[in-house]
Amino acid sequence: MARKKTKYVPVPSKSILPERDAARAPVLECVNLGITLGGIKAVDNFNLTVGRTEIVGLIGPNGAGKTTVFNLLTKVYQPTTGTILLEGKDTHGMSTIQVNRAGIARTFQNIRLFKNLSVADNVKAAMNNEMHYNMLSAILRLPNYKREEIAAHRRALKLLSIFDMQGIADVPAGSLPYGAQRRLEIVRALATNPSVLLLDEPAAGMNPSETAELLDSIRKVHDMFQIAIILIEHDMSLVMNICDGICVLNFGQVIAKGTPDEIQSNPAVIEAYLGRKKEAAKS
Amino acid sequence: MMTMKRLINLKRAEARRIYLTYAVVIIAYVVCQIMSSTKFFSSSMRGMLVPICAYMVMAVSLNLVVGILGELSLGHAGFMSVGAFAGVTSAILMQGTITNAPVRLALAMIIAAIFAAIAGFLIGIPVLRLKGDYLAIVTLAFGEIIKSILNNFYLGVDSQGLHFSMLSDTTRLLKGGRLIIRGPMGISGIQKIATFPAGFVLLMIALMIVFNLVNSRSGRAFMAIRDDRIAAESIGLDITKYKMMAFVMSAAIAGAAGALFAMNYSTIVANKFDFNTSILILVFVVLGGQGNMLGGIIAAAVLTILPEKLRQFSEYRMLLYAVVLIVMMLATNNAEIRAFLSGLNPFRRKEEAE
Amino acid sequence: MIFLNYFISGISLGSIYAIIALGYTMVYGIAKMLNFAHGDVIMVGGYVCFYAVSRYGLNPFLGVAVAMLLCTILGIIVERLAYKPLRQAPSLAVLITAIGMSYFLQNTALLLWSSNPKVFPSIIGRGAFKLFDGALSVSHVTVLTIATCLVIMVVLSLFIGKTRLGKAMRACSEDKGAAQLMGINVNATISMTFAIGSGLAAIAGALLCSAYPTLMPTTGALPGIKAFTAAVFGGIGSVPGAFLGGLMLGVIEIFAKAYISSQLSDAVVFAVLIVVLLVKPAGLLGRMTQEKV
Repeated sequence: MARKKTKYVPVPSKSILPERDAARAPVLECVNLGITLGGIKAVDNFNLTVGRTEIVGLIGPNGAGKTTVFNLLTKVYQPTTGTILLEGKDTHGMSTIQVNRAGIARTFQNIRLFKNLSVADNVKAAMNNEMHYNMLSAILRLPNYKREEIAAHRRALKLLSIFDMQGIADVPAGSLPYGAQRRLEIVRALATNPSVLLLDEPAAGMNPSETAELLDSIRKVHDMFQIAIILIEHDMSLVMNICDGICVLNFGQVIAKGTPDEIQSNPAVIEAYLGRKKEAAKS
Repeated sequence: MMTMKRLINLKRAEARRIYLTYAVVIIAYVVCQIMSSTKFFSSSMRGMLVPICAYMVMAVSLNLVVGILGELSLGHAGFMSVGAFAGVTSAILMQGTITNAPVRLALAMIIAAIFAAIAGFLIGIPVLRLKGDYLAIVTLAFGEIIKSILNNFYLGVDSQGLHFSMLSDTTRLLKGGRLIIRGPMGISGIQKIATFPAGFVLLMIALMIVFNLVNSRSGRAFMAIRDDRIAAESIGLDITKYKMMAFVMSAAIAGAAGALFAMNYSTIVANKFDFNTSILILVFVVLGGQGNMLGGIIAAAVLTILPEKLRQFSEYRMLLYAVVLIVMMLATNNAEIRAFLSGLNPFRRKEEAE
Repeated sequence: MIFLNYFISGISLGSIYAIIALGYTMVYGIAKMLNFAHGDVIMVGGYVCFYAVSRYGLNPFLGVAVAMLLCTILGIIVERLAYKPLRQAPSLAVLITAIGMSYFLQNTALLLWSSNPKVFPSIIGRGAFKLFDGALSVSHVTVLTIATCLVIMVVLSLFIGKTRLGKAMRACSEDKGAAQLMGINVNATISMTFAIGSGLAAIAGALLCSAYPTLMPTTGALPGIKAFTAAVFGGIGSVPGAFLGGLMLGVIEIFAKAYISSQLSDAVVFAVLIVVLLVKPAGLLGRMTQEKV
């Protein structure tokens, strides 16, 4: 495919800092979000506003509650307190399935692909809700079955081509190398037409050149689809490079929010990552 | 690179396997037809053709739930018995109006499928909310409940229409009426209208339904749920809906198989479709390879013929059957034993050396 | 008074279910497998006890002891030969193997002891305690059954809660990998669990056949399935759950027989199981585990 490489244009959005840009229509708003798991406040008083085309990094030490935030957004857990507004609509009481249909798609920290399905089928499975033929059409192979299947296959290949994976569309997903599996998870999430894409450590286990490639791909996805992306990542070069805003979590609490530059010089963040000097000396 | 190329061929291999399955079934049918017309078959062998077809269809049906959807059902014989009783009853009721036996058989099988699908739907509502072993035990429970109910169910017909009762016969039929289902005595005096060609057609239809379903959006959803339920939810697949779909479709196929099976005998009782029958069908599926339709079909044929062929060792045949089962499971699932066996097989060795 | 009578026989039947269910639940808790052959170990226990008493003239209690010993050995052998090689295999393969083992035991019994039902002599005679001027009659077997069940329950709880081996068993059921790293011999612990479960099955076999004195190669099958249901009912993997589930199942079965219909009692039992699982998907005392995302 001869796609021309789109130039990355930073979107002028500062909605992570609502006091500076209150007018911009946010796609996702978390207000006072919190959950208690096993008596512990895994996430508490979490507030975040994400603009329509913003890339937000969610960082923090291990066990800070980052993945829990994703699980709250996708309703794997129902929040104990607070509200999540998606496109201004309260998602209260929605299930994982409904939230996905409303526009949130995610990838997983521990890769969760449909291992025995082919790469293309993994993507097509995610397009299920935009296909309409019924079981009878499928059994009798009626024309609308063929039409929709062909269209779905084309679209799946097109999506796969973002990551240059269209050549391995028929390979079982479980046999792909690690990096390709992570990329396939992103494609599968994109296939559900999300307005917010949640990436849970997409660069985990990748070497520096793979990470650099991934960075390009995420930008490409962002520019092509004009969607909001929330990214959990430990690779700081990736986060600082790509994100419009960053939110730092520690022990379930937001300890800092701001632009990459602001975060890098924030003493609370440095403390969370490196520990306080006195404590370090003690231990 | 070599492996990559081999992997790309997998998808085509899958399509080939589907055609191979159809081809094997058609060839086997033709061969059996020729052999049975040349009197090569013993009469006991000929009598087994229809039950074998019914068990093959059951294997395909259960494979949809166990192999494709990835849920364990231990009560599949229950759907078979619902189909058997509904099918035979409707065939008896249609005896006067539809004199063409094949048409009556086809209609009876369709009615059986509908009744079994309804049973599947009703059972599916509670069952599919559960997971894993709990789902399995509840299907077992439902299988037993269906058996108990049919064992105590009386249904008769007279000029006033249908009458039924539970526990004891209180249908009080008018003169000239006929008691069709007689509780633990089941149904007797069945016209044996099930034929080998009908069994073959049913098997082909069952295969077509399952294969075409698997290669559609529903089939992808079934397999996605099987491979990773959480990921399937995250892409908006309605888990309950698809599980229900697979379950009901599987029940319907099992119902049609039950009707075919029942109309090969003059008498049918609910106890024929007990837990052991459910397990027998599960064994077909597992030995044939989960999700592998052809494997299940072959296993159904072999395991139905084998005990008959072993009749001269009648005392030992079930024991042998048990040993075969255990050894097969150990051989296919234990890495060390498998390595040992493949070492014995000269062809396999050559292939791996390449 | 009739109600009380039914209740007591329910508890008695339930006690037998509870003892069998303990075997299911312990094995499930530790090996995560449904041991379908467990019901047939009961039958083997019954036969061993029967022959020990009627042919070799052993004291009935000694007969039970012999049955326990042999069943324990049988349990260990079955585990070693059929289940241990499948530790890493998919659960369905293990299930089918267990079913194969069940067929194997039933058919071996058929060859050894024929299909003719044996009339089992009660291990403590057929006497009964008469209470309330004979209005309530409780047979000795019933009392013995309930007492045995209580003793087993207390001893097993203490064993699992207090002893080293019991702690090892609990550790293995939580996390086999971690247990191994802590120096616990996982294989030995699993063997041990099978041994205990099979020994209990022998006791259950003797009690079952004392209460319902016909012994056939298929004697263990239906009580096995029901006890398995009882284990799920109480929450499979939970020892108090098996106890509670067994007792409740026995009472429900007897009441269903008495007040609804004897032919439909099994259907009622299974229907109650389904309702319980719908309200509490992990059984009465089971713990719901949530998959980590």
